[in-house]
Amino acid sequence: MISINITKDLNTADGALEAHFNLDINENEFLTLFGSSGAGKTTLMRLIAGLEKPKSGRIEVHGEVWFDSVKRINLPPQKRSVGFVFQDYALFPTMSVKENLLFAAENNEQRKNVDQLIEMIELTSLANRLPYSLSGGQKQRVALARALVRQPKILLLDEPLSALDPAMRQKLQNELALLHNKLGVTTLLVSHDIAETVKLSNRLASVVAGRIVKVCPPMDFFTSHTLSGKLQLIGEVLKIEEDFPITVVTLLVGSSVVKTVISCMEAEQFQIGSQAIISSKAFNPILMPVH
Amino acid sequence: MESEFLSTMTLTFKLAAITTAILLFIAIPLASFIVFSKIRFKSVIETIVSMPLVLPPSVLGFYLLIAFSPSSAIGTFLGDRGIHLAFSFEGLVVGSVLFSLPFMVHPIQAALSQVPHSIFEAAYTLGKSKIQTMFHVILPTIRHGLISGMVLAFAHTVGEFGVILMIGGNIPGETRVASIAIYDEVESLNYAVAHQYALTLFVVTFAILLLVYTLNKKSFEGTR
Repeated sequence: MISINITKDLNTADGALEAHFNLDINENEFLTLFGSSGAGKTTLMRLIAGLEKPKSGRIEVHGEVWFDSVKRINLPPQKRSVGFVFQDYALFPTMSVKENLLFAAENNEQRKNVDQLIEMIELTSLANRLPYSLSGGQKQRVALARALVRQPKILLLDEPLSALDPAMRQKLQNELALLHNKLGVTTLLVSHDIAETVKLSNRLASVVAGRIVKVCPPMDFFTSHTLSGKLQLIGEVLKIEEDFPITVVTLLVGSSVVKTVISCMEAEQFQIGSQAIISSKAFNPILMPVH
Repeated sequence: MESEFLSTMTLTFKLAAITTAILLFIAIPLASFIVFSKIRFKSVIETIVSMPLVLPPSVLGFYLLIAFSPSSAIGTFLGDRGIHLAFSFEGLVVGSVLFSLPFMVHPIQAALSQVPHSIFEAAYTLGKSKIQTMFHVILPTIRHGLISGMVLAFAHTVGEFGVILMIGGNIPGETRVASIAIYDEVESLNYAVAHQYALTLFVVTFAILLLVYTLNKKSFEGTR
């Protein structure tokens, strides 16, 4: 069990605010921090890793106190058992794939496991390559494997897939899910991708302006406010064309583009880039096989 | 004549090598400080480091000479301990270190500021101390900056004239370096000897720079 109850002054685009993060993470859980940019998701990860110092509060991981403002305990990042995967991968440029992993190892046992980890991420043939010669997806896998070398108590993934193309993203999401099932390491993911969140996480913590406003299974979060629809798809608004009295909204659902019609008044709730749920009654859709 | 030529050339390159070695030790912490420190008087330190770029060498040489002279407080302090910096090789080293400081610090500073912060943080979250991170991750990453700095500092020290003339004079075997010797030989109308010095400096510096840039280019292609 990891319990976090900390405050931190944040400087956001909407001005300064005091963030208050109160979150319990179960052992072996995959929890996603979901929210818009600037809500404080990455800051929370950095606070857990010890890369930033909370203003006050307490962080306890499996009975070990990492931070306690009352007792003046603040373990440096080196002393915290975390695996951090950075958005830009942060691979050491002068070390090969294998050397990156070996550098992380603390003892012989971990050193021995390096080959196995490289095999698991399917990069055995590239083990001696330098990071510059790898693709984005390969770099991401190396960063993930490197973060796992020390068998951390918590794996922190800061939007690890955001820089990848959709196909690679999907592939790595699957791999991440498999890896989590296999190793069972407690994982915290920062994401603002709905599909990713639903696919990977046991629970979702919604972060809004420095607070965790709701923690629940991801499906409950995305479907709680919907109609009595039987078919539900989540998509991103690509285009809003007003043609009084109707408005044509173009959405990206998965990798398909869908058009739908709503009234001009309803259209006011949507902006380009925002997420929307398309739902339909059970007997309405027509299903046909694809040849 | 031949032995004087050799001793002068040896002295020149010995001075440059010692200066470069000392500068490497000073410049890495200094450049790190300039890049990472958030304190307010940082720009003052940056200014002082860059001063030799714009200051006439004679200005620095003049003040160093005054500081080194036995009548000054520093000179007396050092003199009591048996160290005489004015008109000595040791004095030349001190002067060259100060005068070549920006040539070593600037390339290292530029290279350090290019290293993404996440690289440092990644090493810290992998349990590596700041020192381990510096030696195993950062210094190899900025090696092009280190090499540029060393080459520039070395070449600049070989070519230094004004400071050396002011604080070292022209003592054969002690403070007479090649650039001073050229001036001296030209003054005495010994153009042949002056040519010997000048051409040697020309060829040697060209060869060093060519070698380093060729190597640097190769290893640069290897990492990006």
